[in-house]
Amino acid sequence: MTLDYKAATEKYEPTLGLEVHVELNTNSKMFCSCATEFGASPNTQTCPVCLGLPGALPVVNGKAIESTILIGLALNCSIAPYSRFARKNYFYPDMPKNFQTSQYDEPICVDGFLDVEIETDEGPKVFRVDIERVHMEEDTGKSLHVGGSTGRIHGAEYSLLDYNRAGIPLVEIVTRIIPGTGKYAPQVARAYVTQLRDILRSLGVSDVKMEQGSLRCDANVSLAPIGSGLLGTRSETKNVNSLRSVERALTGEIERQANRLEAGERIIQETRHFLEESGLTRPGRSKEQAEDYRYFPEPDLVPVTPDAKWIEELRAKLPENPADRRKRLQREWNVPDSEMNSLINAELVDVVEETVKLGAEPTRARTWWLGEISRLANEKEVAPTSLISTAFVAEIIALISSGDLTDKLARQVVEGVVNGEGSPKEVIEKRGLKVVSDDSALMVAIEAAIAAQPDTAERVRGGNIPAAGALIGAVMKATGGQADASKVRELLLKHLGQG
Amino acid sequence: MAAISRDDVAHLAKLARIEMTPAELDHMASELEQILGAVKRVQEVATSDIAPTSHPLSMSNVFRDDVVKPSLTNEEALSGAPAKADERFKVPQILGEE
Amino acid sequence: MTNIHSTAAEMASALAAKEISSVELTKQHLDRIAAVDGKINAFLHIDKAGALEQAEVIDKKRASGEKLSPLAGVPIAVKDILAQKGIPTTAGSKILEGWRPPYDSTVVAKLKAASVVILGKTNMDEFAMGSSTENSAYGTTQNPWDLARTPGGSSGGSAAAVAAFEAPLAIGTDTGGSIRQPAALTGIVGVKPTYGAVSRYGVVAYSSSLDQVGPFARTVLDTALLHEAIAGHDERDSTSINAPVPQVVAAAKRLDVKGMKIGVIKELSGSGFQAGISARIAESIELLVAAGAEIVEVTCPNFEYALAAYYLIAPSEASSNLARFDSMRYGLRVGDDGSRGAEEVMSATREAGFGKEVKRRIILGTYALSSGYYDAYYGSAQKVRTLVKQDFDNAFAKADVLISPVTPTTAFKIGEKSNDPVAMYLSDIATIPVNMAGIGGMSLPVGLADEDGLPVGLQIMAPVMQDDRFYRVGGTLEAALLSKWGQPILSKAPDLTVQK
Ligand SMILES: [Zn+2]
Repeated sequence: MTLDYKAATEKYEPTLGLEVHVELNTNSKMFCSCATEFGASPNTQTCPVCLGLPGALPVVNGKAIESTILIGLALNCSIAPYSRFARKNYFYPDMPKNFQTSQYDEPICVDGFLDVEIETDEGPKVFRVDIERVHMEEDTGKSLHVGGSTGRIHGAEYSLLDYNRAGIPLVEIVTRIIPGTGKYAPQVARAYVTQLRDILRSLGVSDVKMEQGSLRCDANVSLAPIGSGLLGTRSETKNVNSLRSVERALTGEIERQANRLEAGERIIQETRHFLEESGLTRPGRSKEQAEDYRYFPEPDLVPVTPDAKWIEELRAKLPENPADRRKRLQREWNVPDSEMNSLINAELVDVVEETVKLGAEPTRARTWWLGEISRLANEKEVAPTSLISTAFVAEIIALISSGDLTDKLARQVVEGVVNGEGSPKEVIEKRGLKVVSDDSALMVAIEAAIAAQPDTAERVRGGNIPAAGALIGAVMKATGGQADASKVRELLLKHLGQG
Repeated sequence: MAAISRDDVAHLAKLARIEMTPAELDHMASELEQILGAVKRVQEVATSDIAPTSHPLSMSNVFRDDVVKPSLTNEEALSGAPAKADERFKVPQILGEE
Repeated sequence: MTNIHSTAAEMASALAAKEISSVELTKQHLDRIAAVDGKINAFLHIDKAGALEQAEVIDKKRASGEKLSPLAGVPIAVKDILAQKGIPTTAGSKILEGWRPPYDSTVVAKLKAASVVILGKTNMDEFAMGSSTENSAYGTTQNPWDLARTPGGSSGGSAAAVAAFEAPLAIGTDTGGSIRQPAALTGIVGVKPTYGAVSRYGVVAYSSSLDQVGPFARTVLDTALLHEAIAGHDERDSTSINAPVPQVVAAAKRLDVKGMKIGVIKELSGSGFQAGISARIAESIELLVAAGAEIVEVTCPNFEYALAAYYLIAPSEASSNLARFDSMRYGLRVGDDGSRGAEEVMSATREAGFGKEVKRRIILGTYALSSGYYDAYYGSAQKVRTLVKQDFDNAFAKADVLISPVTPTTAFKIGEKSNDPVAMYLSDIATIPVNMAGIGGMSLPVGLADEDGLPVGLQIMAPVMQDDRFYRVGGTLEAALLSKWGQPILSKAPDLTVQK
């Protein structure tokens, strides 16, 4: 009998551990001045240093250190007064020096935490994820396998190496083991990675694109019978390339391990690979023996010893924690969860906040960005923020609030601005978009409408108020939509003795 | 100190990616044992109260500005390659690739 | 008349006075190389066309009145461990055969900027691992004083080239004595500057925390001129010292040691050193006293552990530094028959491409760093390093410079120690502490040993970034010796054009 996820977690307690690798978005690489552009043509962003040519020496990118300290601070870590790089020695063709310049027993940030909130059966619950360390290292090159089963004709199987990625700064964020998540382990993992991603984005230190590999997650999990107080053997799942996959991979892995244990089999400590299509994991190549990385302090680099002043300067630069900020804004704007999530998903929180800061009323700011502007952006397949400035949006909203523009007119103004016709003022001027509020001008149109539809007018006089719609429509049409419909209605009903 | 066996050297040679013949392994084992016999003297004075020195200079915080400088051209980068194809280094099949 | 026997300073002034052109001077040296290098084997690569072309450019610049640096137009030989763009750079190893770097090392770039004419690349022990050049994959270099003997190593080719008048100047590297020991064995001046004084960028790494580039020449002043040309901060080398270069040329010209305290290291004297060496050192001490220096005895009790620590630290770093030679990106590739994977080809290449001593040190270093042994070996060696530094600190509290012999013996016979690694390692016993502490040291020829008529080197050491001190002492002693001898020491060397 196989256990499903529910049964598995009723019997076994999972213990999590997460390692996240983040590529920093510095202009140049970690130890050399080569560009870090994604997608450049092969081996055009390499130099003696990142190709590991004989004689080349590394020099640390100061910006990468700053970014790492910022990450550490945002994750509530202590910043080590003394940290060093070390060499991690192992052979791999995509690693030009056959050692990775990394940090070992002296990482730059230690002992942090991140609180993540998830929805449980009993409502929202906060889990504290302890962070063991945040350290710096460098990325490897990329290899491409040619030949194989389809290319057997010539018997040629070989690999091609591109070192453009080699030496791009990587930050590794390692949690301590996360106990006590129970059946929520996959959700906690997902929430952690999500929140980490948001923090990294708010810090501006990484592109955090999981699909491009600038954010990668390795998920460890082990199972032990509930209440046993034991710690099981863990597996490490790599190749988890989306937030959803983090959750799926762990769910699958917990199920797999539980069923192995049920069958009386042992869990092997190994690296497994996540298969996006099936949601399952498969074993990686098992190592004959544990690697011996022969770490030692990198003699080509000197220690990093940030002083308190530098750390405090960086701390002062820290943006508000994205989760806190979101809660604050939601409260201030008085928005329901669903709509807040729409804003977050559309990455419009920042612009709405800015528009509100410029004086716009929160509900209108939200509606315009999420509605009309997003619709136009969708049509043009660009980001909403690239279409129109927050200042113009705030200006338009102010005109609506003052009654100078109707929603309908405002849409035309937005369209004009987006089409490059100038500022809202200029568009209003050029297109002649002004609310007609002059009573006498409206009265002329109202009388004309009554004359054209005497029967309808008679019905209204007789008390059939809804019939007025047709007359109002006619007036609006006659004024090119520039009249305020409520004003027209008021004047019309009064004129027909119903006001 | 335990004697250095051929298996020990074979393990080290594997870590160091050097394909040694059995005769070479035997020879290296005896040489390594001889050398270790001489160098283990360091343990006589290396007491726990002494801080290790990994670098002759006490420098710290040597950083570079985050400024891009020209890389090698693709031709220069590949100029020493034993084999190349498609603007890349061509190497024997990498086992264990995913 | 300026010729190959002139000093570099003399050549430089003759060039400046337009008494000789750089092309003529370069040709003289190329002719000398053609005549004698078959016996010496100092050069691995002679860049005849490049050198003459460079000389011509410099002559034109001079003719046009362009202001040139002090050594402009003077030829030089460069150890084959420094990358030079487009010029074969092997580090004495088969594994790098045919590799032409796409870039210049900082020192080569500085030499080019100083308009020094690079004649070619010199022989060395493979990856600078050795004390005799016998570990070169391209044959041993012979000592100009006796072709049956080694010139020392690892920079044996550079030292022999200068001693044999194939070049007035040469560049070497010194990790445990690789400049000072061959300088001593060939009767020339060699300096290992303070660690970090000269950029290591582009120098094929042996042991990163010990390696240092330095000058060879036949006089103290020439050595100082070259020292100034190559030293200085380099932003490409994180361990490069960001401070002004000590005034070594001025120090070399000072010729005065009055009031200086010279410390004689007790542990590096007496038994264990060849009698003829001790005699020449004693004589030098008398000359220094006569010149007004004060002699004090200092004790460095931990030096006896330095050799052992060195043979753990250097191989450990080397095991990692040499990992990059894997046939994937450059250099030799062996066994790529289409059936083997990258991993196997790497192993086959490293087996075929590395020599015995290199493999020995890689295996030793791998062992010293491996888990379970790190603390006992690499960790302990690093502690010894602390102790050696302390010994120097204490000694320099009593003396301005320290002196000792450079080597326990004069030049040994080729093959004499090549089958006994531990005996070979002992030839570095007096030079290694300097690298461990990162200070600078000079080897100065102070005469010939009575028993074999071979050159003896005196080592003069100074604290970090006080390299000017050993130039001051060396220059003074050199002048005193010269007035005693009446002619430079190398005039006693055999005539290579007749020697078999
Ligand atoms: Zn680079």
